[in-house]
Amino acid sequence: MKPVLYERLGETVYCGTLPNGLALRVVPKPDHVKKYAFFAARYGGMDTRFRLNGRWLDTPAGIAHYLEHKMFDTKEGNALQELAKNGAEPNAFTSNAMTGYYFDSADHFDENLEILLSFVSIPYFTAESVAKEQGIIGQEIRMIEDNPDWQIYVRMLRALYKNHTARTSIAGTVESIAHITAETLYDCHKAFYTPSNMILTVVGNVDPVKVEDLARRVLPKEGGPVVPRDYGEEPEAPAERETRLAMEVSSPQFLAGYKCRPAGEGEDRLRTMVLGDLACDLLFGESSPLYQRLYSQWIINSSFGGAFELMPGAAFLYAGGESKEPRTVAAELQKEADRLVRQGVDQEFFRRTLRASFGSSLRGLNSFENIAVSLTEGYFGGFDPLRFPEVFDGVTQEDVLGFLRENVTAERSVLSEIVPREA
Amino acid sequence: MTRTQLAEGVFLTYLPAKKFKTSLLSAQFAVPLRWETASANALIAAVLRRGTASYPDMGALSRRLDGLYGARIDVTVRKKGETQCVGFVASLIDDCFAPGKERLLEPAADLLGELICRPATRDGLFLSEYFESEKINLIDAVRSILNDKRSYADSRLLQEMCTGEPYGVPRLGNEQIAAALHPQLLFEAYRELVSASRLEIFYSGSAGQSRVEDALRAALADLPRKEAEAPLRPAPHVPPEEPRFVTDRLDVTQGKLGMGFACGSGDTAALLLGNTLFGGSSNSKLFLNVREKLSLCYYASSQFHRQKGLITVSSGVEFENYQRAYDEIMAQLEAVQRGELEAWELEAARSTLLNAYASMGDSQGKLENFYLGQAATGCGESPEDLADQVRAVTPERIFEAMSSVKLDTVYFLQGKEAEA
Repeated sequence: MKPVLYERLGETVYCGTLPNGLALRVVPKPDHVKKYAFFAARYGGMDTRFRLNGRWLDTPAGIAHYLEHKMFDTKEGNALQELAKNGAEPNAFTSNAMTGYYFDSADHFDENLEILLSFVSIPYFTAESVAKEQGIIGQEIRMIEDNPDWQIYVRMLRALYKNHTARTSIAGTVESIAHITAETLYDCHKAFYTPSNMILTVVGNVDPVKVEDLARRVLPKEGGPVVPRDYGEEPEAPAERETRLAMEVSSPQFLAGYKCRPAGEGEDRLRTMVLGDLACDLLFGESSPLYQRLYSQWIINSSFGGAFELMPGAAFLYAGGESKEPRTVAAELQKEADRLVRQGVDQEFFRRTLRASFGSSLRGLNSFENIAVSLTEGYFGGFDPLRFPEVFDGVTQEDVLGFLRENVTAERSVLSEIVPREA
Repeated sequence: MTRTQLAEGVFLTYLPAKKFKTSLLSAQFAVPLRWETASANALIAAVLRRGTASYPDMGALSRRLDGLYGARIDVTVRKKGETQCVGFVASLIDDCFAPGKERLLEPAADLLGELICRPATRDGLFLSEYFESEKINLIDAVRSILNDKRSYADSRLLQEMCTGEPYGVPRLGNEQIAAALHPQLLFEAYRELVSASRLEIFYSGSAGQSRVEDALRAALADLPRKEAEAPLRPAPHVPPEEPRFVTDRLDVTQGKLGMGFACGSGDTAALLLGNTLFGGSSNSKLFLNVREKLSLCYYASSQFHRQKGLITVSSGVEFENYQRAYDEIMAQLEAVQRGELEAWELEAARSTLLNAYASMGDSQGKLENFYLGQAATGCGESPEDLADQVRAVTPERIFEAMSSVKLDTVYFLQGKEAEA
């Protein structure tokens, strides 16, 4: 593994690739007690249609997440207990584009890492254990269905995308997961959990060479073929303009979403992320004229916020929160974007926003989890996320306004609302 | 860690660390948690955050923060035992990462001091527009707990279980009391808060102690000070003679079962381990049985309220599985009480706790939150001390302590259509 020094961040990252194709990243943190390992596959809720052995396969919504739950089962019992005996708190998550397994521990790190690599690479499912999980995940789905934040976000994605699998719920539905069998799980594991589709990141006071040796010893010797995925043909315009749901909530909530141009690969992707974040800050961040005006008019409160997000083949920007006048806020948002594009922003405000955004990216490096997830996203997207200081150096006001001009337009907008149910 | 007194009732907990990208500076007023004052204190912090004499509005404040490389100052309102802690937590990039090597600690401390000591005022009161809009925001925030059904159920259980005790008071108070607040009363409450309540300050970062103390003394030079109250230990919970059962109905698809238990034992370390075994981790009896074995739920966990000597269980189940879940949770508690444990369960629970204490120093937020809890309730142990106590606990002590745990209150959140 080769060390890469990031002087402006005070970090060194050891990078390498094993002969089986596994990517490795080790971030030494000599002054920390905690050691953190994150082992991820490029496989998430949106990867439901893919080609394996020359055939296109359609798998049920929620299968990547289901697989994540079942991976903890081992022939001997359960990996959770094995790790817990060593004081490690393991867990996992499935996002749209990745599945990640992780633990942190102060002691017995090598043993724990070996357990992590083994249970994620060796599947063990039975018809009975797969059936049992239906009840657990069924309750997870019920729980999120009662959650307005989840509803409003997923419904926004469904309004934005007509076909693209960004619109697929990561956990699936009670109905879709009923079709999952041990056999489909084995197929998906075989297709996506190969070292050449995965990355291991370790953050903490560890020896990079030992991590590499352990991964080499424990993981399969061969990588797998590249598995093409089909996310669906997607038009430029949103699928629906508005969506609304009544729920048991205390006040109306909304998200105004914009379907943006998908980003390229490589450093261009990082640059798009930085531009999207800066566009959010200038348009509706806490220091923006719009935020301050709407807040002082009592139209929004501190729940107001938003973000720019990238997925493979999809990009979108959104803002929202609680408001008694969702339509007013959505209209003001559009008006402000048009105004910024027309008039530009005060150079002093732009410079301050850059400073603040840089500070916030730097703050993110306090978190081991955040470092590991960023490095993983960067690897899957073909860029180095720790080059953000250099990208910030090269960003001009015109770049951000160009992003707004292209992406934050009325034709690209949708409105997702949750309203209190009438008693 | 060192703790020093900076002024009458003003204490600094100094946590030196060079390993973070940021420094954390937190100023928290610690006051007894009461229905009458909880909403007022929460509102004071929110109104103060709107503007100061030199930075009179959000625009001026956020320009200042952006100039300090996106420093953040967040309003916090927390419940620690029966103490309410209100104040600000500032997070700023550590001086050594400032591209121009500027000093950021002093201006951040000054801003914090200004927020506390020199609010924007008109005719001797807070600006009415700040008061009115933050009052509405506070009422919305109190009401919005309904949106997260798990927190809602957890909070309802504690309220029902601790009716008449400060521990049952939610950190933001309630809607009626918040709605009755008026400008005159709030400004008087502000004067009382800053002059007579204990102020606990926390710093974590690379600056030396004397530099931090100097910066804070300068920043808080205008703080009026009277004698402050001593930290408050929560009063013991008074359990009912028979368990109480409470049901709410809302339009939900999943039921929420909450069960509250009173702990008769004072052996805190043994209860901490006992609770971890019972439902405090993903290897606990609740996780392995209610979730993994019976597939009744996605989450079933328990929490030990160390300051108050309570255990609460929280779970989300189908309405019709209420009784099965209830029976299984009770059966698992009884198993812990009878000592039905495998050796690995005890060691896993112990190492889960030890790992958490050992890693605490790696997170500025966790450290601040931990030491605030200690300061607020007058406890002096460090995470290392607590780890030593956990190491010394024997199985016998666990069974004995857990045998004192009695069912107190059961709360169930039902759907509207379902019949009981």
